[in-house]
Amino acid sequence: MIPISYYLWVSALLFVTGAIGVLLRRNALVILMSLELMLNAVNLSFVAYARMFNDMGGHVFVFLNITVAAAEAAVGLAIILAIYRTKETVDVDHLSLMQH
Amino acid sequence: MDGTAFLQGTGALVPHLTVLITGLVILTLDLFLTERSRFLNEVVGLVGLALAFVLAVLQHGDPRMVFMDMAVVDNFSVFFHATFILIAILTLLMSASFVRREDIASGEYYALVLFATTGFMFVASAANLVMLFLAIEILSIATYILAGLHRQEQRSLEAAFKYFILGAFSSAIFLYGIATVYGALGHTSITQLAATVAQGEVSPLLMLGMALLIVGLGFKVAVVPFHMWVPDVYDGAPITVTAFMSAGPKAAAFAALLRVFFQGFGAENMAAQWAPVFAVLAGLTMILGNLSALAQVSIKRMLAYSSIAHAGYAFVALVTLDALGAASILYYMVAYAFMSLGAFAVLTVVAKRGERHHAFSDYSGLASTNPILAAVMTLFMFALAGLPPTAGFAGKFYVFSAAVKSGYYVLAIIGVLTSVVSVFYYIHVIRVMYMQEPGEGGSPIRVSAATCALLGVTVLGTLYMGVFPGSILRLAEHSVSLLF
Repeated sequence: MIPISYYLWVSALLFVTGAIGVLLRRNALVILMSLELMLNAVNLSFVAYARMFNDMGGHVFVFLNITVAAAEAAVGLAIILAIYRTKETVDVDHLSLMQH
Repeated sequence: MDGTAFLQGTGALVPHLTVLITGLVILTLDLFLTERSRFLNEVVGLVGLALAFVLAVLQHGDPRMVFMDMAVVDNFSVFFHATFILIAILTLLMSASFVRREDIASGEYYALVLFATTGFMFVASAANLVMLFLAIEILSIATYILAGLHRQEQRSLEAAFKYFILGAFSSAIFLYGIATVYGALGHTSITQLAATVAQGEVSPLLMLGMALLIVGLGFKVAVVPFHMWVPDVYDGAPITVTAFMSAGPKAAAFAALLRVFFQGFGAENMAAQWAPVFAVLAGLTMILGNLSALAQVSIKRMLAYSSIAHAGYAFVALVTLDALGAASILYYMVAYAFMSLGAFAVLTVVAKRGERHHAFSDYSGLASTNPILAAVMTLFMFALAGLPPTAGFAGKFYVFSAAVKSGYYVLAIIGVLTSVVSVFYYIHVIRVMYMQEPGEGGSPIRVSAATCALLGVTVLGTLYMGVFPGSILRLAEHSVSLLF
């Protein structure tokens, strides 16, 4: 059997990958995907810990998180779409109206 | 266990549900309204919130656990519920003429304000970290949309986007913190955290989880160095939404901090780890918030930095970890809600259609064209600067005396010095209004009845809390007694 810690390391790796994506990528859609990656990385940890403790709670939280992630993605996409309609680009470098 | 067990005690959630249902009613009602009957949205919203306020205050009493220990209704949550509902009522009053002026879909707008308020209320009653996360998401998602509701304005969309990215980013970090705490302790119940933490050793995993929770909530409260989204988001969002964001989510985030760090991680061995971190954050926030506010040319942006600075003052009280500190945070949140919503209401009126008038120069000579508006603005500037006899003075006094009592002299000194700095930029507004000649277009502005009511309430609140601070502080002390 694969030890629990392997799952936790993979989860941490995915989380950091997502965080780096949010900070470095300039395309709004890729940023959104990176955010989803971060949330799903956390889900992996939740499941791994739940398995370790033999506790159903952790599994249930994952379902709640998936729901939240879906709602967040919907709102995020709507905002990106609204921006695309007025600017015809989703490059975040062009979002700089308020740099004083 | 039968299927209805989780519904036991749901009666205590009547205030939350009232706010939620009012939002849903508005959303449905809006479909059947014509341009002329659109005012019914506001009426329904205000009636629902007033009802919720009464119901919330009636919940006062012994703590009751709801949803199988996921949520709790106690005096602490009741105090915050009343504060949140008050903020929502004031926001509705402020927005009535604004949504008409700017052609914002009022049904969605009010419904989202109420949904966000439901989120605030669940934050204050969360008894489990997962419940807390869900509540924070409810309020965050509603405010992301609110910030971008001005769809024709590119600035509004840009604000919504920045808020969304950083909000979702911080939520993910917060969630990772919850997962790590879960891994370290085996459960996520805030009420049981204290017991589990006190008997066990502080493991590195728990420390990591706690650090992630601090970063996640730090973004929500907007303490330096997690504040960089605030100026742009507050600047770009529709101004009534900015006002709502400066009062509501901030108070909710402080409710979450008090719950998690006072009730959950309040044990001696844990507090020794997080208190120094909070002290550094508070110091940095007060210094940077106030210094950046000095350099602004837009009053809206200046108030954004001022809001960061005020979060810093309230943060000082978190370090103390005693009842006076916690009570002073509750007091500060109510006081700040009055001052901030009042000041933003004046900005809303002066900005005119399209929100083009936020520069200091737009306020020149306001005292001669709109003497009452200028006098009201002067009061709020004095209050935000922390001059007596206003709520701002009493709030800072309690926070800093709590810090001194617990031996954090350096923080108190930084707080007082940065308050002195802040007087410069607040007085600048007053100087422009009273000392300069009105520019072109400086004509008397008509103020709607709802805005007048809002200004009346906020002025009275600011003065009452400044002149008779004792009554609210006693209420706050009574409310926090269960956290320890």
